[in-house]
Amino acid sequence: MNNATSEADSMKSATEVIVDRPGEFARENYLSIHHGVKAWLLTKDHKRIGLLYLGTILSFFVIASVAAALMRIELLTPQPKLVTSETYNKLFTIHGVLMVWFFLIPSIPTVLGNFVLPMMIGARDVAFPKLNLMSWYIFVAGGALALWSLIHGGVDTGWTFYTPYSTTYANTHVISMAAGVFVAGFSTIVTGINFIVTTHKMRAPGLTWFRLPLFVWSLYATSLIMVLATPVLAITLALISVERFWGVGIFDPKLGGDPVLFQHMFWFYSHPAVYIMILPGMGVISELITCFSRKQIYGYVWVGSASMAIAILGFLVWGHHMFVSSQSVYAGMVFSILSFLVAVPSGIKVFNWTATLRKGSIHFATPMLYALGFIGLFTIGGLTGLFLAALAVDVHVHDTYFVIAHFHYIMVGGMVMAFMGGLHYWWPKISGRLYPEFAGKLAAMITFIGFNLTFFPQFILGYLGQPRRYHIYPPEFQIYHVLSTAGASILGIGYLMPLIYFIWAWRHGRVAGPNPWRATGLEWQTTSPPPEHNFEETPIVTGPPYSYSPEKDADLNLASL
Amino acid sequence: MPTLTSPVSEDAFVGQQFDDIEQQRDAAKLGMWIFLATEVLFFGGLFLGYTIYRFTYGHVFVEASHKLDVVIGGTNTAVLLVSSLLMAFAVRASKLDQRRMLTGLLLGTALLGCVFMSLKGVEYHKDYTDHLVPRMGFKWEGADPGNAELFYWIYFAMTGLHAIHVTVGIGIMLVLALLAWLGKFSRGNHNTVEIAGLYWHFVDIVWCFLFPLLYLVGHR
Repeated sequence: MNNATSEADSMKSATEVIVDRPGEFARENYLSIHHGVKAWLLTKDHKRIGLLYLGTILSFFVIASVAAALMRIELLTPQPKLVTSETYNKLFTIHGVLMVWFFLIPSIPTVLGNFVLPMMIGARDVAFPKLNLMSWYIFVAGGALALWSLIHGGVDTGWTFYTPYSTTYANTHVISMAAGVFVAGFSTIVTGINFIVTTHKMRAPGLTWFRLPLFVWSLYATSLIMVLATPVLAITLALISVERFWGVGIFDPKLGGDPVLFQHMFWFYSHPAVYIMILPGMGVISELITCFSRKQIYGYVWVGSASMAIAILGFLVWGHHMFVSSQSVYAGMVFSILSFLVAVPSGIKVFNWTATLRKGSIHFATPMLYALGFIGLFTIGGLTGLFLAALAVDVHVHDTYFVIAHFHYIMVGGMVMAFMGGLHYWWPKISGRLYPEFAGKLAAMITFIGFNLTFFPQFILGYLGQPRRYHIYPPEFQIYHVLSTAGASILGIGYLMPLIYFIWAWRHGRVAGPNPWRATGLEWQTTSPPPEHNFEETPIVTGPPYSYSPEKDADLNLASL
Repeated sequence: MPTLTSPVSEDAFVGQQFDDIEQQRDAAKLGMWIFLATEVLFFGGLFLGYTIYRFTYGHVFVEASHKLDVVIGGTNTAVLLVSSLLMAFAVRASKLDQRRMLTGLLLGTALLGCVFMSLKGVEYHKDYTDHLVPRMGFKWEGADPGNAELFYWIYFAMTGLHAIHVTVGIGIMLVLALLAWLGKFSRGNHNTVEIAGLYWHFVDIVWCFLFPLLYLVGHR
């Protein structure tokens, strides 16, 4: 590919990119074209908005991690030493609320999705760039409300806001926190609408649905959940706030209302939302596995359809959160069977990623380490999910650390690993520079070890009967808590390292060139960093994605760039 | 497309991310339809609550429903239906590039929206004087006052949420009327009017479900 642009071409418009030679840093790019705070705050460029989101969600990640760290330190001893019970309740609430709504749900879609989705489909931008910017402002407003609640004393209901505690008894800032989540929810909806329309209407010529990269399929499935589930959360939180303010409402037993109705409505959103927190990660893994094993994905249609199947089935399983909440046994049985069904598309994905590796030319570069870590951890998280879907077993481990370990294997071991892997993979495109590969590999290994040490003991803890959300526990559980806290400190190092070397690499990393991974996606067929409108000419797609061949790239060594 | 004039004049309205106005129109329309789907689910939570308690406390809900003013509610239904008709004509006027007609129709739609809100205000006041507002002097002579209060709570939540949507719609119509008067929707740029119309029709349709559910329950 020759990116050398002639003098005459560069006269065409001010935004024309000049690449001196292939493999060099594009001096005129989306970052260099405008300067100043105002240009960032008023940008309609999906790439800049992705970076705005990156900064914002990382701030929330740090706050929520500090809350987690405080909890882990407190849990070192069976008796309270560091915080009171009230503070502990507020800590796990703030950890849950911020991690779920202000980090995990926006993480891959709004950062990596915003950055690469339009480029992957050969578009100049998303369908509604102004709405895209607006979604960031809405998100920041929601975050500000959440932080306001935090600063003014916090909330102690847990991230689930269960009634009647949240509506009647909690003596904390439930309304403002619920309002924060409500507002942030609209930012999710706007992003979802934008991605769906973009995928439908903005694809480059020749890019048919079954030529789409699997990351696009997963974002599409995620967006469907976002637009169909989030409004239900919004109305539920609105009802909670009104009920708390007014003193009457549909969850109010005094009027004959039903607090369990809240659980139904909450999980009708929050279970699909679990898939908002994993599907984009699965999409990233499909990109990484193919690129770093130089293979066409095994069973493209199956992996793509599995994303859609998960999105649809995800709406039918909410009742498995309520096996012990007075739900009828027959409903429990149906929800149990449906929950088992979700394992089928998830299993297809894991099987196909593994099959893709077979006879591939595997490169253990940093993104690949995260991807392989993802497959292992997601498998453990997914299989323990089946324990919880089984009615009888769930009664034993319901609301214990077993559940905590299970969903952290999916959310942290799955989604955060995928987010880190994707961030490393697209970093050369985002910044035009390479991160230090050795430090990257080291951080990936540390993360993997730290993660397992943190959360594996919690499976045992939960199975032995330690309930979640308690900070006082019998002394015989202490060893598992100490192991977990030790793991958390290692995990913390694993997260701090990329933060440091990414900041360093932003200016000082080696120049990456347009396509350091020799990857096939359209996002790699333009300069790094990309020009403001992504492509000099709209690309025309003539074949399926992932046209890698292990033989052709035999000389390649991606693991030591 | 009867209104397409020369493509040159349309380019001014096409965002840089789109190839042509056709793509822009399709995208905007699809975006609005998806937004309306989210709105259906937003109202859906309240409809779910209504359905469950109507099923559980059917008798009290029928009695409570009879105290609502069917005449005002019915008049409001007619007002909204006519406003939707004006909106449909407005979309047509924008496609035919009739500036004065379009402005007038948009203003008419907004005006009927205001009539709806005024009648709603009168009705809410009447509910208040009849002691039907939960937690604000609520009085119930019949059996199960708690369940009756629940009905009125749902009534105020649903009609209140709908009223918020009408208010937003009136605002949109007034802004569009001003833009139409300034000639912003000429020469094929009728997309905005069309998707605003979709929103207005949606608000109308929600009321068409609310009215029978809340006012006509158990009427023979």
